[in-house]
Amino acid sequence: MTQIMRTSKHDRILLAHGGGGQLMDDLIRQHILPGLKNDALNELGDSAKLDLTSGSVCFTTDSYVVKPLFFNGGDIGKLAVCGTVNDLAVAGSKPVALTLSFIIEDGFEIELLDKILASIGETADRIGVNIVTGDTKTVEAGAADRIFINTAGIGIRLPGVELGFEKIVIGDKIIINGTIGDHGMTIISQREEIKFQSQLKSDCAPLADLTCELLANTSGIKFMRDPTRGGLAATLNEIARSTTLSVEIRENDIPIRPAVLAAADMLGFDVLTIANEGKFIVVVSPESADDCLSISRNHPLGKEAKIIGEIVETRDAPLVEIETRIGGKRIVQMPYGRELPRIC
Amino acid sequence: MLDRINKAQSDINAACEAIGRQINIMEVCGTHTVSIFRNGIRSILPKNLKLLSGPGCPVCVTDQGYIDVVLQLADRDDCIISTYGDMIRVPGKEGSLETKQAKANVKVVLSSEDALQLARDNPGRTVVFVAVGFETTTPATAVVVKEAAAEAVNNFCILSGHKLVVPAMRTLLSEKNDNINAFLCPGHVSAIIGYGAFAEIVEEFSRPCVVAGFEPVQIIEGLCEICRQLSAGKAELKSMYSAVVTEKGNIAAQKIIDECFEPVDGYWRGVGKIPQSTLKLKDKYGQFDAFERFGISEKPSEEIKGCRCGEVLCGLIEPPECGLFGRSCTPQEPIGPCMVSSEGACAAWFKYGRDK
Repeated sequence: MTQIMRTSKHDRILLAHGGGGQLMDDLIRQHILPGLKNDALNELGDSAKLDLTSGSVCFTTDSYVVKPLFFNGGDIGKLAVCGTVNDLAVAGSKPVALTLSFIIEDGFEIELLDKILASIGETADRIGVNIVTGDTKTVEAGAADRIFINTAGIGIRLPGVELGFEKIVIGDKIIINGTIGDHGMTIISQREEIKFQSQLKSDCAPLADLTCELLANTSGIKFMRDPTRGGLAATLNEIARSTTLSVEIRENDIPIRPAVLAAADMLGFDVLTIANEGKFIVVVSPESADDCLSISRNHPLGKEAKIIGEIVETRDAPLVEIETRIGGKRIVQMPYGRELPRIC
Repeated sequence: MLDRINKAQSDINAACEAIGRQINIMEVCGTHTVSIFRNGIRSILPKNLKLLSGPGCPVCVTDQGYIDVVLQLADRDDCIISTYGDMIRVPGKEGSLETKQAKANVKVVLSSEDALQLARDNPGRTVVFVAVGFETTTPATAVVVKEAAAEAVNNFCILSGHKLVVPAMRTLLSEKNDNINAFLCPGHVSAIIGYGAFAEIVEEFSRPCVVAGFEPVQIIEGLCEICRQLSAGKAELKSMYSAVVTEKGNIAAQKIIDECFEPVDGYWRGVGKIPQSTLKLKDKYGQFDAFERFGISEKPSEEIKGCRCGEVLCGLIEPPECGLFGRSCTPQEPIGPCMVSSEGACAAWFKYGRDK
């Protein structure tokens, strides 16, 4: 009994919180469950039982190690929900259930855990997706950096939707739902060693509502992808590599906030390679491009949607080329991925 | 803006056609290099106009021997190394600061002030500031040296690797590459030293020197001015960046540099020894000179087998002509300095792709 009383007074995570005993049970019932309540989770079984309406599902997983844990526009909890939901969304499915697992360093403040959990609950609610099962592990101080989260998710594939690189053909248009680089530049600007004042805000947002609306109301969508790590440059290069077609984009048409551009210039980053957490590109047939654009622009997460380029024929080797502001051309390379560690 | 670009572009075309032969223009500023690549400027220039990326990136020109000294200090438990982020990955003879970072006595700072603050916060250890860069960063180093002296922050010192641009241009023309027809001069450096500093290059070597800003339109107009001069058989000094650069430059900044530093012969990566090209702290600030404090000196670096960074920096070859480029030397695992810094010619070439 004394044990339980002490638990509720702990303001930091102890190794014993992951030990499977009373402390852990207490942590789950007092801190984790309240914000996430749903039938499947409340059973606290070893597995969640789900009754799905469709035989075809999408299934994905992702881990979140972002630093700092809280940033302008979001936090690791919101990111852990949005990131996995967005992977399901761009695959052409409607997200229905998530798992939630924590790895927490000994000494982590429970108050912060509560804040992260509240954010997870709120984001999941907003999307209409349930957290159905989870796990908590604790590790010695130094064995993890404060808190890491893993989420896995299941989405029901939308009927009749077939997306894939193989659908992409020459002439298809590339649409993005808004400005690029916001998330990555926000994170880097809030890192301890940089800390410059800015109005940057992460674009971290759940995209499933908009992707489902697009897929339900237009035909001609060939492929969708959220340009997270590696940014737009990585996503477009993946398209070129996988299709052996080439991609041409126009710098003037790519939406970028001036503050993001200024910060990237100052720090020597190419915005095209900077991570996004609330953006996706759509590769769509030219006939459906305008529909896609107007549906997006009527949605809060697609107000600044734009056609940024096309799929073109490959001359020597598949590549991504950008027409610069001055009408020059250069190649957009696959970023080599060392510039920004731990952005998501 | 596009009107101005189109106008300059057609003037460049006309001038280059009139000249007929190949023209080599060198930029000696990493920011110019990156802007030229990022904006695809080469792709809109006539074929006989070649842009060469010279020794304009401070990271690239920092000698391996200097890095070895830094690494040696990083091994000492009584030292904290404070450095600008882009120096972290520059390879020395054995490893880079990145490999030492795990020891936690290597701190990335954004300004020299941050380095001095580290010293104030860690009175029990000696904070060594890795002071590199051209005339643009030197005044900021001088300021903290003076502050440290005034406040007697005696556990602070700097390892000066500061470089001067004009002596390098002089050495390039007189010893390394006679085929450089003109210089596009750096905007930031000129804001400090004044565009008048390039007069000696124009007079002695009869090469046009034109200062330009970093926006693509400014670079193209700078190139246009150079082409106009070359087609008229002239070599003149001109600043196209009058909003920022004056003939005499920033006198206050020059004064503080003079007060703290004196030029000595120095090693440049890939180029070798250049007379009067490196800044050393004057004797009166000797106690803040890390070389003196630790009794160490820079040894000239050994050549890296197969690496042609020296020829790249001198404008003798383009990065893809080096056998290591893109094969064993990539931004992930750089061998030569020009691949390390994002402003290096090889890294820019690798990142922004081949020119059309």
